Amino acid sequence: MDYFIELLFSGLTRGSIYALIALGYTMVYGIIGLINFAHGEIYMIGAFTSFIVATVLSIYGFPLLAIVVIAGVAAAIWSSAYGYTIEKIAYKPLRHAPRLSPLISAIGMSIFLQNYVLLAQTSDFLPFPELIPDFDFMEPVAHIVGSSDLVILITTTIVMLILTFVIKFTRIGKAMRATAQDRTMAMLVGINVNNIISATFIIGSALAAIGGLLIASHIGQINFYIGFIAGIKAFTAAVLGGIGSIPGAVLGSLILGLTESFATGYVSSDYEDVFAFSLLVLILIFKPSGLLGKAETQKV
Amino acid sequence: MFSLKEIRKTALISLWFVFLTFPIMVIKVDPIERIVRWRWDNALYVGLGIFFLRLFIEFLKEKNSIRQAAKTTEEKESLSKIHIIIANPKQRNILVGVLLCAASVFPFIFDTYQTNIMITALMYVVLGLGLNIVVGMAGLLDLGFVAFYAVGAYSYALLNYHFGLGFWAVLPIGGGLAAMAGILLGFPVLRLRGDYLAIVTLGFGEIIRLVLENWNEFSMGPSGISNIPRPGLFGLEMSLNGSILYLYYMMILFMIFTIFVVNRLQDSRLGRAWIALREDEIACQAMGIDKRKTKLVAFSLGAFWAGIVGVIFAAKTTFINPASFTFLESAIILSIVVLGGMGSIVGVIIGAFILILLPEYLRAFSEYRMLAFGAILVAMMVFRPQGLFSTIRRTYTFEKDK
Amino acid sequence: MTTPILKVTGLTMDFGGIRALNQLDLDVCAGEIVALIGPNGAGKTTFFNCVTGIYTPTKGDVILTPPGSSKGISLKGMKPNIVTQKGLARTFQNIRLFSKMTVLENVMIGRHCRTKAFILGAILRTKATRREEREILEMSYGLLEKVGLADFANEFAENLSYGAQRRLEIARALATEPLLLLLDEPAAGMNPQETLELDDLIKKIASEGQSILLIEHDMKLVMSLSDRIFVMDYGKKIAQGVPAEIRANPQVIKAYLGEEVDA
Repeated sequence: MDYFIELLFSGLTRGSIYALIALGYTMVYGIIGLINFAHGEIYMIGAFTSFIVATVLSIYGFPLLAIVVIAGVAAAIWSSAYGYTIEKIAYKPLRHAPRLSPLISAIGMSIFLQNYVLLAQTSDFLPFPELIPDFDFMEPVAHIVGSSDLVILITTTIVMLILTFVIKFTRIGKAMRATAQDRTMAMLVGINVNNIISATFIIGSALAAIGGLLIASHIGQINFYIGFIAGIKAFTAAVLGGIGSIPGAVLGSLILGLTESFATGYVSSDYEDVFAFSLLVLILIFKPSGLLGKAETQKV
Repeated sequence: MFSLKEIRKTALISLWFVFLTFPIMVIKVDPIERIVRWRWDNALYVGLGIFFLRLFIEFLKEKNSIRQAAKTTEEKESLSKIHIIIANPKQRNILVGVLLCAASVFPFIFDTYQTNIMITALMYVVLGLGLNIVVGMAGLLDLGFVAFYAVGAYSYALLNYHFGLGFWAVLPIGGGLAAMAGILLGFPVLRLRGDYLAIVTLGFGEIIRLVLENWNEFSMGPSGISNIPRPGLFGLEMSLNGSILYLYYMMILFMIFTIFVVNRLQDSRLGRAWIALREDEIACQAMGIDKRKTKLVAFSLGAFWAGIVGVIFAAKTTFINPASFTFLESAIILSIVVLGGMGSIVGVIIGAFILILLPEYLRAFSEYRMLAFGAILVAMMVFRPQGLFSTIRRTYTFEKDK
Repeated sequence: MTTPILKVTGLTMDFGGIRALNQLDLDVCAGEIVALIGPNGAGKTTFFNCVTGIYTPTKGDVILTPPGSSKGISLKGMKPNIVTQKGLARTFQNIRLFSKMTVLENVMIGRHCRTKAFILGAILRTKATRREEREILEMSYGLLEKVGLADFANEFAENLSYGAQRRLEIARALATEPLLLLLDEPAAGMNPQETLELDDLIKKIASEGQSILLIEHDMKLVMSLSDRIFVMDYGKKIAQGVPAEIRANPQVIKAYLGEEVDA
């Protein structure tokens, strides 16, 4: 039973991290219909930035809480800056190009960013500083649920609530939803669509950066390649839930996280990634609209 | 030439990039020794680099718009010099003749090392031409092309290991198995929309690689398979240099064969259907074209070529393992097609030579290879989506008033 | 009376809760030009999409009877390419040409379903393939001459003028040798001169025995061309008859032309 609960929590933790990344995919897709292939790299850059900042601060002897906060903020700021810049360079000029052009551009961007970090930093795995201490009050259940699991679950829940609030009730959230529904119409009623698209990239990137920080401290190491696999898995989750749908992304991520956790726990861990990829292939073949997505109809 | 405003804007953009790249470029930490290195010079390079890069791009843009405005007729603009030469049968024959001569004396002028590099380049030409059928002509973005390459390579390695089958026997089998894999995968996925298809093929490519890595009983896992025999020539024993020479000429012939086939396909009933499918699927169906079948043929033909090159790859290196078949390999082949010009045979050939030979000869820059590939994909899409050489469609002449 | 080439009975199409087509009957006889008219949103293009296999109708049937044959084929639920193969060819309201192919190649695509060269034929260029290619070329060029685009044969389709693009769509559809040609608003966006030329072109095609079903908004063109007219509104047929009858039908005037127009 303990093992089951352990797997349950590790699945939820995984799932909530996937969700933070998947939201970026789904929001961008909802607004401009692009699979932002470079999103996984944004997450990786978020993890790297927080790694660099946290390590520097810990070397200079800052207190742990300050390190966590500053590293988190720095990761969010820089990831957003990257997201914003990437959109301006690689996607904005292609807004009216055939559908595959921005996708190819995104793939190029992803490869570029991976190798940029590889060259500017290192190809080795780097040990991530321990940012989340083991809480005393978690002691009795520590063999089942780690402190970092708890922190991750709480943080993602808070972040999701804020995001939901932003999208439901704020001006920018409403403009985002309007743009997602009909870009031309949104433009006609005076919404600056370019700004909304930028905002979407910024928000999605910040979420990915938080995900990057959390998972890096959870797993304890990072390298330049983590974005690729995480990106594909988060994309799988977004598609599973129905790409373009925000609750769908969260639902899909949790399902993916739990299934992965149970499959590796009870079956075998060798094929962990094969499992996620196969799931992706199967969903796209049998239910491309996902669990909560709308089926797309082609107009003749 | 540049207004002050333009310069100021460029300077601001450079500053933005200095900020953007600050943590990654400037700070380097050693978490074990607990040392921080501040590489301020990098910030300077980024700033200056972006500054001049942007000025250069703006300069090109301006030049281009002036040229565009000066042009009265649009016609000549689309034809580059290469196209003019190709359009003229006499000049084309001379060019082909010169290239053939150069190719056939190449191994005698340069050493084995160079010949080996050239073989690799030729392999990528063929891979590019194969992918070109799928991506360039039929418009199906296949990101898992390397999977079929792996199928070919492992067919040879395993069939040879278990049953002692020779290179020439496996060459068609490898191609056939890859084509079959193409059909098996293509059947369910080809009805997907373009971007989903891309991701599914990417997933498939990764699945194949991960299976090869983990299924030790079948593929011997990450350690791979070694001692794969080089291709034989009627049972003749060959020295290492001899077999490289042999492989080189075989590759040249095989490339010529591929060009011949792809060229014929391009202007056939099938080739037209592929291009039409790329342009508009619904109109295509309304014209009586079986969408699924046509796509499937393109997909499996591309896979067939990848499979054959896979067999050759295994024979050339005599050792294969899953690490040779990562997504990056697919990305390299895609870059070749995109750089050269989707659908253009000449473009793909030149693209392959540029992308494979340049990093080999500019050794100092070879670690920037993948960085450049990524940048090329983005830059081509943004500035020149038709590639270096845009496709020319065949023209026909008719007698008037027949 | 002979069996009509196309006989549509009780055609109904639902999108979710919306009934776009409601119990629609329509027939076209050999050699006839039949027009389908109706206000915007009446369901005319949906009708075309149901007939040509792009949508599968909820209810009803579409029967195609080749002239001289006594047995009709039900087209319901067939894929669009099979429908074309059976003998229906269409044009599109918002032009759908293959813009990066030449004008001639666009028409050659239309020959696809009537020819059969495949991989080996293409690679080996056998005698049969060469003959077939020549036939495709000759027929396609002939069609271009017919629609007056022969001079532009080697231009990219996207470089043609709007009216020329519409004519190219017609040539491309004709290349499939259809029993029935379906034209979806062929005159949309044309200037009066181009419309006049289109009128001549359609008459010329029809005079060669081609049966035509067209959707059109230009009343002058419809009245000039059609042997019979069907009128629909809100997915239902509200009238049918020869042009004179339709012109005089008060229900049509009310639904379609609006009340203030004096017919």
